[in-house]
Amino acid sequence: MIPLTWYLILSGILFSIGAVGVLIRRNAIVIFMCIELMLNAVNLAFITFSRQLNSMDGQIFVFFIMTVAAAEAAVGLAIIIAIYRNKATVNVDDINLMKW
Amino acid sequence: MPYFFGCSYLDLIGYVLLFPIAGSVINGLLGKKLSKPVVGIIGCTAIGLAFILSFFVFIDLLHLAPEHRVFEKDYFTWIGSGSFESIAGLQVDPLSVVMIMMVSGVGFIIHVYSVGYMQDDDGFYRYFTYLNLFTFSMLLLVLANNFLLMFIGWEGVGLCSYLLIGYWFEKKSASSAGMKAFIVNRVGDFGFILGIMLIFVTFNTIDFTEVFQAAPEHLQMGGFVVTMITLLLFVGAIGKSAQIPLYTWLPDAMEGPTPVSALIHAATMVTAGVYMVVRCNVLYTLAPFSLTVVAVIGGVTALFAATIGLAQNDIKRVLAYSTVSQIGFMFLACGVGAYIAGIFHLVTHSFFKALLFLGAGSVIHGLGGEQDMRKMGGLKKYMPTTYKTFLIGTLAIAGIPPFAGFFSKDEVLLEAFTKGSLLIWGLGAFAALLTAFYMFRLLFMTFCGKSNMSKHAEAHVHESPMIILIPLLVLAFLSIGGGFIGFPTASAINSFLAPVIGGGHHGTVDGGSLHHVSAGMMFSMMGISTGIAIAGIFIAYLMYIKNPDLPAKIAKKFKLIYTIVYNKYYVDEIYDATIVNPTVKTSFILWRIVDVRIIDGFVNAIARIVELKGEVLKLFQTGYVRNYALSILLGGVIIIVCSLILL
Repeated sequence: MIPLTWYLILSGILFSIGAVGVLIRRNAIVIFMCIELMLNAVNLAFITFSRQLNSMDGQIFVFFIMTVAAAEAAVGLAIIIAIYRNKATVNVDDINLMKW
Repeated sequence: MPYFFGCSYLDLIGYVLLFPIAGSVINGLLGKKLSKPVVGIIGCTAIGLAFILSFFVFIDLLHLAPEHRVFEKDYFTWIGSGSFESIAGLQVDPLSVVMIMMVSGVGFIIHVYSVGYMQDDDGFYRYFTYLNLFTFSMLLLVLANNFLLMFIGWEGVGLCSYLLIGYWFEKKSASSAGMKAFIVNRVGDFGFILGIMLIFVTFNTIDFTEVFQAAPEHLQMGGFVVTMITLLLFVGAIGKSAQIPLYTWLPDAMEGPTPVSALIHAATMVTAGVYMVVRCNVLYTLAPFSLTVVAVIGGVTALFAATIGLAQNDIKRVLAYSTVSQIGFMFLACGVGAYIAGIFHLVTHSFFKALLFLGAGSVIHGLGGEQDMRKMGGLKKYMPTTYKTFLIGTLAIAGIPPFAGFFSKDEVLLEAFTKGSLLIWGLGAFAALLTAFYMFRLLFMTFCGKSNMSKHAEAHVHESPMIILIPLLVLAFLSIGGGFIGFPTASAINSFLAPVIGGGHHGTVDGGSLHHVSAGMMFSMMGISTGIAIAGIFIAYLMYIKNPDLPAKIAKKFKLIYTIVYNKYYVDEIYDATIVNPTVKTSFILWRIVDVRIIDGFVNAIARIVELKGEVLKLFQTGYVRNYALSILLGGVIIIVCSLILL
C-alpha cells in the first residue's frame, strides 16, 4: 500500500505549483487554471485523510469544493471574457485600475 | 382712580414698552417700502402714545397714598435655574414714573424734530427704527424691577447708541466713534455685571424690592461687601454716564446725527448711571466710602470737562463736554446723599440740554453742515427763533433764575455745601462758573458779533422750518418752567420722590429733603450761585463781545495751558499710548505668532504627520492583485510555521 505521506507530498507539490503559478503568470486564464490546481490539491489532501481516517467527512467537503469551483469557473470565465471585450487583453499587468 | 376698560392705567404699564418696540418693528420690517411721512408718523406716534400713557400712569400713581406708590407687575419667569429665578417684571414708583415721563416726553419732541432734520437722509426709516428701539430700551431700563432686566435695557441703549453714532457709517470717523463708544462702555458694563453677580451671591435674589429690603439687615454699614457692590455698579455708571476716566467716548459720539446727540447723548441714556445710583440708594447709603468716590468723581468730572469745554471750537463738542460736566453735577449730588437733587437736575438738564442740542442742530442745518463756531457769528438776525430758544437754554444751564437749571443746580450746590464738604462745594461752584462762561462763549461766538461765515454759507443761511422750531419752543418753555417742580426746595418733586429714597417704609435714612436748612441759608446760597453764573456770563461778555481780541491774547500768553486744554489734556492720546496701542500691538503679536504660527502650526503639523504616514503606507498598496496574493500566502505560511513550532 502506498503510504499516506506520498499522497500528501503530491498534494503539497500540486498546491505549490498552483500558488507559484498564480503569483508569477500574467495571463488571466493561466492564473485561473492555477487556482483550480490549488483547489484540486486541497481536494486530494481531503480524500487522503478521509480514506486514512475511515470518515466520509472529507469526501463531503470535496463535493462542496467541486461544486463551488464549478460555480466559480463560470463566474470567473465570464469576468475574463468581459474584461477581454473591454480591453482586448487578458494580461493582468494591463488591468491596473487599482494602481495609484 | 381713573379706569380704562375696567383696569387702572398702572396695569397697562407694559404698553408703555409695547408702543415703541412695535414702532421699531414696523419701521424696521416695512420702512423701506413706506414713504418718509408715513415712517415719521409711525415713529412719532409710537413714542407719543407711550408718553400719553406714562402721563396717565403718573396721574394714577398720584391718586395712591404716598407710602403705597409702588406697583409691580410680573409678566413671566424669564430664567428659572435651580435657586436662581429671574422674573420679567416692571416696577412703577415715583422714580420710574419721573423717568418714563422724561424719556418719552423729551423723546417725543426729539422724534418730531428728527422728522424735519433727517428729511433729506436716505436712511430715514433706519433712523426711526433705531430711535424707537432706543426709546424702548431706555424705558425698559427705568421700568425694570430687577437688576437683570435693567441690564438688558442698559445693554439695549448701548447698542442703539452704537448704531446711531455710526449712523453715517460710510464716514470712517463715525463708524470708529461708534466702536469707541461701544468698547469703552463695555469696560463699564463689565463692572456692572460683576456687581449684579455679587448682589446675587450676597442676597440670593436680584429683585430690587427684595434686595433693598434685605440690605440693611444683611449688610453692615460700610462693610466690604456693600462697598464692593456699590463700587462695581458705579463702574458701570461711569462708563454709561461718561465720567472720568471713561468719558472719552461721549465727545466722539457727536459724529452721530444731532437729534441723536440730543436724545441719547444728552437727555436720556447718559443719565442712566445717575438713575441707577439713585435706584440703588439704599445700598449706596450703606457704603459711605462709595458715596465719597461717587461725589469726588462727579465733582472732578464736572470741573475737568468744564475746563475742556472752554477751548473747543466745534459747537457740538462744547455741548458734549458740558453734558459730561452736568452729569458730574448729578453724581456729585448723589455722592453727598442728595439723590433727589440729582434726579431733579437730571430732569431739568434733559430739558435744557436737549434744547441746546436741537438749537445747535438747527444752526448746523441752517448753515448746511458747518459745526465750527469760528465760521459762524452774527446768526441772530438770520435765525431769530433759534437764537431766542438757544438763549433760554443757555440761561438755564448757566443757572440764572428763574430758568430750570438755576433751581436744580442751586439745590445740588446747596446739598453739597450742607451735606458734603467745602471742597466738594468748591469743585461744583467753580465748575458752575466755567459752565456759565463757556456756554455764553458759545452763544456769543455763534449768534452775536460779526459774521465769519463763508460767502457760500452766508448766501444760503436760513431759519429752520416749523417742524424744527416747534420742538425748540416746547423745550424752551420746559426750560423756563421746568424748575418750578422743585421750588421751593421742600416741595413737589421732593415729597413725590421721597418714598423711593431709603427703601420706602424702611426709611430710617433722611430722604434728602431739606427741612433742616434755614431759609436764610437757602436764599444766601441762591444768591451766591446766581452771582457765580452772572460772573461767568460777564467774563464771557468781556472776552467775546466787548473785546474780541482778548481770547487770542490770553491764549498767546498762557500758550502751554491753552494748548493742553485745547487738546483736551491729551487724554485720548494718553489712552492711545497706554491702552489702545499696546492692545493693538499685543493683538498683532497674538495674531501673527500665537495664532498663525502656534495654533495654525499645530493643526497643520497634525495634517502633515498623517500625510507622511500615508506616503509610507501607500507603498504597500501596489494595486497588483498578485502582490496581495503573495502577502496572503506568506501570511498563511507564517501562521502554519508558527503553529508548527509552538505546538
